[in-house]
Amino acid sequence: MMRHSVVLDYKRCRGCTSCIKSCPTEAIRVRGRKATILPDRCIDCGNCIRVCPHRAIKSVGDKLDEQLSRFSYCVALPEPALYAQFHNLDDVNIVLSGLMEIGFQKVYETAKAAELISDFIRQGITAGQSADTPQISSSCPTVLRLIRMRFPKLLPHVENAILPMELAAVLARREAAADTGLPPEEIGVFAIVPCSSKVTAARVPEGLDRPVLDGAFAIRDVYLRLLSPMKHLERVEPLSTAGILGLGWAACGGESAARLSQRCVAVDGITNVIRMLEEIEDGRLPEADFLELSACTQGCVGGCFTVENPYAARMRLKGLMKGLPVSRNRFLLLGEDRDIVKRNKELQYVPAFVLDHNREQAMAKQLKIQQLEEHLPGLHCGSCGAPSCHAFAEDVVLGRASEDDCIFKVRERMLQEIAGGSATADDYLPAPFRRQQPPKA
Amino acid sequence: METIKLVYPVEGGDLIEAGEASSKMKLTLKKLGLPQEVIRRASICMYEGEINMVIHADGGQAEVEVDMDHILIRMRDTGPGIPNVDQAMQEGWSTAGATARELGFGAGMGLPNMKRYSDEMSIDTQVGQGTTVTIIIRVPQA
Repeated sequence: MMRHSVVLDYKRCRGCTSCIKSCPTEAIRVRGRKATILPDRCIDCGNCIRVCPHRAIKSVGDKLDEQLSRFSYCVALPEPALYAQFHNLDDVNIVLSGLMEIGFQKVYETAKAAELISDFIRQGITAGQSADTPQISSSCPTVLRLIRMRFPKLLPHVENAILPMELAAVLARREAAADTGLPPEEIGVFAIVPCSSKVTAARVPEGLDRPVLDGAFAIRDVYLRLLSPMKHLERVEPLSTAGILGLGWAACGGESAARLSQRCVAVDGITNVIRMLEEIEDGRLPEADFLELSACTQGCVGGCFTVENPYAARMRLKGLMKGLPVSRNRFLLLGEDRDIVKRNKELQYVPAFVLDHNREQAMAKQLKIQQLEEHLPGLHCGSCGAPSCHAFAEDVVLGRASEDDCIFKVRERMLQEIAGGSATADDYLPAPFRRQQPPKA
Repeated sequence: METIKLVYPVEGGDLIEAGEASSKMKLTLKKLGLPQEVIRRASICMYEGEINMVIHADGGQAEVEVDMDHILIRMRDTGPGIPNVDQAMQEGWSTAGATARELGFGAGMGLPNMKRYSDEMSIDTQVGQGTTVTIIIRVPQA
C-alpha cells in the first residue's frame, strides 16, 4: 500500500481534465466533476501538480511547527536541492546555520549520505562485484515505483541501496542519540525534500521494512521560513561536511559523476525515463554500466516542491561547488554495519496494469476492450473522465465506468430515444457531467 | 478462447520512431499478465522486425496474434524482397545503406536475432514483391 502525498483541493478542482492526460501511468479519472486518483497506479511523479491550471492538485509535506513540537530534539536532513534555491548564496553553511535558527537542534546533510552511498558503490565496483547491467539508480522513489509497476523484468538491475535521505536518517539518529543520551525514538528526524515522491517515501519506504524518518518537509515551506533568519545570522557555523559529489546528486548527472569511471547514462523527465526503460528492457543499450533516472526535469532541482526554476537552480548548484573538495566522506563501516546502505526489503512487482490475475480472464477482457474501442470516437477528448478512448474502454470492461459516460455514445442513444424522452433531463448527460453533492468530510 | 489480434502500421524511413510498435505491443502483453521473459522475447523480435521494415522495405505492417499458448508475430511488407534468405540469416550479413549504418543499424543481426529469440520462424519472400516474416513464441503453461 502506498500513502500518497498528492491531494486534491476539492473547491478548486473544476474537473477540467488537464491532469488526466499528463499522468504517465493513467492514474487519474474525472468523476462527478472532480479529479480522482487511482491510488494503486499513482507513482507520485508530480506531473498533475505541475499542469493543473487551477492549482487544485497539491502535495503537502508535513507541517513544520506541528512536527517539531512533537520532539525535544530535532534533526534536519536537507537535500542538496535546497541549497540551490537561494539568490547570491556562496556558502552552504549559511543555509545550515539558518536551519539551526528555525527549530532544529542538529543538521545532517543528505549530501553527506549521498557521498557515503557513492563511496560504498565505488568500493563494490572496484571489487568487481557482479550485477545485472546496466545497473539502475535507486535514488528516485518515483522511478522505483514505475519499475515495480511496469518494468518488473528490470527489478534485478536496480542498485541495492536505500535513498540518501534514508541513510542520513539512520546515521543522524545514531549520532544524535550518542550526542544527547536521549533514546533514539525521542529524537525527531526530518528530511527537507524537493518532491511529493519523497514525502510518500518517508512514510512508506520502498526498500525498508519500516520508516526511518519521522517526517518530510517541502523545500518550498522551509525556504520561506529560512529567508529572514539566513539574513540575520550572528555567525555562520562550519556545519557542512559534504563535497562536490554529494551536492551534485541534486541535479541529474550528479549521481553518475560520483561513480567516477563508469559508462553512465543520465536521463531526466518521466517520459524520457519510460522511453529509456523500454529500451533497456529489450537489451538495446548493452554498453552502458549505469543508468541514472530522475522523474523530474534536471533531476531533484526540478522537483515540484522547489521554488527556483530547475535550470537556474542547476547553475547555482555549480556555483556552490566552487572551492569544495571533491568528496569529504568515505564509507568505512565494516561487517554487518555495511548493510545499512542496502535495502532490507525486496522491491516487488506491483501488477497495477494487469487486467486480471487469471490470464484467460485477462485475455477475455482484452478482447472486450478492443471491441468496445472500435466503436469509440478515438478523439481522446477526456469528457468521459479517462485520458484516452483506450483507457475508457479499459475502465468500462473493468467496471470503473459505464459505456454511457462517453458523450458520443450518449448522443447516439439520445438520437435513438429522443422521440419519447424529455431532452432536458440531466440523465442525458454522461455521469462525469452530472451534478453531484460534495462529500461530507 | 478467441485470438487477440493487434495490428501496428510501421512507417517507412523513420528510424527514430521505429520501436513504437514494439513498445505498444509490450504494454498490451504486460496487461495480459504474460510471463516477463515471453514479453521480452516478443518485443525484441518485434523491434528487429520493425527496424528491418524501416530500413529495407519503406515500412509495412506488424500483426500480432495472442493465444493462451503462443504469440504469433507476422511482419508484412511490400519491399524489395530477400534474394538469398540463407545469406540474410547469417550473422553480420547486411545490405543496409549508409544512412542506416551511420545511425548504428545494419549490424546484420536483425533476422538472426529474431531466430534466436523465437521458437519458430518462417520467411516468405519474393524479389520485387515483398517479405513476410512470421515468428512464434510459445507461452509456457503455468
